[in-house]
Amino acid sequence: MRLLNLFKIAFKAIVLNKVRTLLTMLGIIIGVAAVIAMLAIGEGSKESIRSTISSMGSNMITIRPGEDDRGPARGSGGDVQTLTLNDYEVIKEKSTLLNYITPLVNGGGQVINGANNWPSTIYGVNPEYLDIKVVGLQNGSMFTDAEVQSASKVVLLGQTVVDNIFPDGEDPIGKLIRFNSIPFKVIGVLEQKGENTFGQDQDDVVIAPFTTVQKRILAIDYLNQILASAVSEDDAPEAVTEVTEILRAQHKLLDNQNDDFSVRSMEELISTFSSTSEMLTVLLVAVAGISLLIGGIGIMNIMYVSVKERTKEIGLRMAVGGKGSDILMQFLIEAILISITGGILGVILGLSSTYFIETFLQWPTSVALYSIIISFAVCAVTGIFFGWYPARKAAALDPITALRYE
Amino acid sequence: MNKEIIKINDLKREFTMGNEIVHALRGISFTINEGEFVTIMGSSGSGKSTLLNILGCLDQPTSGTYEIDNVKVKDLSRNELATIRNEKIGFIFQSYNLLARTSALENVELPLLYNSKVSTEERKERAYKALEMVGLGDRMGHTPSQLSGGQQQRVAIARSLVNNPVMILADEATGNLDTRTSYEIMSLFQELNEKGITITFVTHEPDIATFSSRTIVLKDGNIIKDYLNKDIKSAATELAALPVEDH
Ligand SMILES: Nc1ncnc2c1ncn2[C@@H]1O[C@H](COP(=O)(O)OP(=O)(O)O)[C@@H](O)[C@H]1O
Ligand SMILES: [Mg+2]
Repeated sequence: MRLLNLFKIAFKAIVLNKVRTLLTMLGIIIGVAAVIAMLAIGEGSKESIRSTISSMGSNMITIRPGEDDRGPARGSGGDVQTLTLNDYEVIKEKSTLLNYITPLVNGGGQVINGANNWPSTIYGVNPEYLDIKVVGLQNGSMFTDAEVQSASKVVLLGQTVVDNIFPDGEDPIGKLIRFNSIPFKVIGVLEQKGENTFGQDQDDVVIAPFTTVQKRILAIDYLNQILASAVSEDDAPEAVTEVTEILRAQHKLLDNQNDDFSVRSMEELISTFSSTSEMLTVLLVAVAGISLLIGGIGIMNIMYVSVKERTKEIGLRMAVGGKGSDILMQFLIEAILISITGGILGVILGLSSTYFIETFLQWPTSVALYSIIISFAVCAVTGIFFGWYPARKAAALDPITALRYE
Repeated sequence: MNKEIIKINDLKREFTMGNEIVHALRGISFTINEGEFVTIMGSSGSGKSTLLNILGCLDQPTSGTYEIDNVKVKDLSRNELATIRNEKIGFIFQSYNLLARTSALENVELPLLYNSKVSTEERKERAYKALEMVGLGDRMGHTPSQLSGGQQQRVAIARSLVNNPVMILADEATGNLDTRTSYEIMSLFQELNEKGITITFVTHEPDIATFSSRTIVLKDGNIIKDYLNKDIKSAATELAALPVEDH
């Protein structure tokens, strides 16, 4: 009953000072909107990275030669030659948590069809590659194990390569092309995957049996990578451990020696990238949080002015029976009402600007419920925190002094 | 038989201004009974307001005792004083002290907002009745800026009545009004007094004092006179006798 009356009084004061209240709220509105929009952008980019990486095969495990340097943007092995076909065979034989595994060798070169040529990368793999990468075929078929055995000169092309060397839209299947100087028969076209989050064109590839690439194009006896796929996403971390143990034994490494290879699951890659974008999110939210703080100081400022301005009113309220606690509550409720209304408007502004960012700038966004709850809670706390001092000042006034105030 | 509403004994109030002590009240004693209409007279600076503020529980005496409606005020906390002001006292100020941009009705409701025993409906009804009593039943929705000085003071009087106080305290309540309006207001006070409401009215105008039943005169913080009026004038009659002005 009493509290309801205080709400009425506070509400009335706010309504009587609409413009000023709105201006006070502006800080809070912008702060909350910024927090929500920034978190939505951060969350959105994180999700988009996650989904791109997952589309590359979320069970995938990558084994590279050389010591682990944990940089996300690393080349595929370079000239470190510690990974061999023998390693591949041992892992394939001994591991229990992998369902697909392929050796991988790769090299750059020109893909040539008559007068058309295109610089691309050729990946030498076995047929399981498609299952590991979760990529299908648009056309044609994958090469067989027999074709791998015999180092057949057959290739599958990504869509970008097809578009560039068959510009007239002919069917590439069955055509003879050359990679550098070696002739290959096109037996399939890979499903289109588009760009990944890092701007890499996933369709700018040529796939061939690893035997062919290793011997006929690169003339090497080591592997650039081994790719495998864990039985399930949950098994991936354990599979990484298992593969590491197998390889350490295979490479006869002593306990005090570091791995001369690195085994990483997609999950790790995701967290590497997520942590980068998380840092960005923290930064954005910090900036937004500062504006929320400034909004709070704005409330405190206005409440101080308001208490000063209404000193006489406070005196009157005390003279007709208002207790210190009533006056305190009145101003506190006023501050909280301002901050919470500002919070609601801020949420609305935040959601609509997120919508505009998504629609017109085409940035991926994702509004997290927690961001709304947090900014709302922060608003209420801001109201209480910054309303408290002015309200207490008002409550501590002496009725006579307040009444006499001009 | 006569119930004592106010009983003060040797009341002193000193203010410290730097290293100088101002003796605003130098030891005042009197009793006001239920139903009295007392005016407190005296020149400016004689201590009238200081006395009234203490009687209204807005201020505390430096020494001496004060009992209102048999409650000793001296031992009360800030909150208890607020409750006394809320339930026992109606205060009227020279400058009306209405809330700006707030309707007459809401202004009158104000004391009841701080009384949790009064429901919303009762509050509205009592505020309306009080406004009717001061002759402003048709001006409930008007804000102070839409009312004349006399009407604003009537709203303030209604506000002082709304909590059914044991006593109304008025400090120069006619000080800002012209003679005609002052007499109208005094006539209203006389009506209220006839209904049994105890009134203590501070003024420095001798003609206003003639409308009350008793006058206490202060000088430099002391009572120099305290007498009953043998010939109480009727404000309504005096009002009728005023020369008619052209408006
Ligand atoms: N808060 C105060 N601080 C210092 N002196 C005061 C204060 N209030 C009143 N006084 C002094 O007390 C004396 C009586 O004041 P007051 O009661 O207001 O007189 P009146 O109402 O009769 O004109 C004056 O000398 C005045 O200056
Ligand atoms: Mg005075």
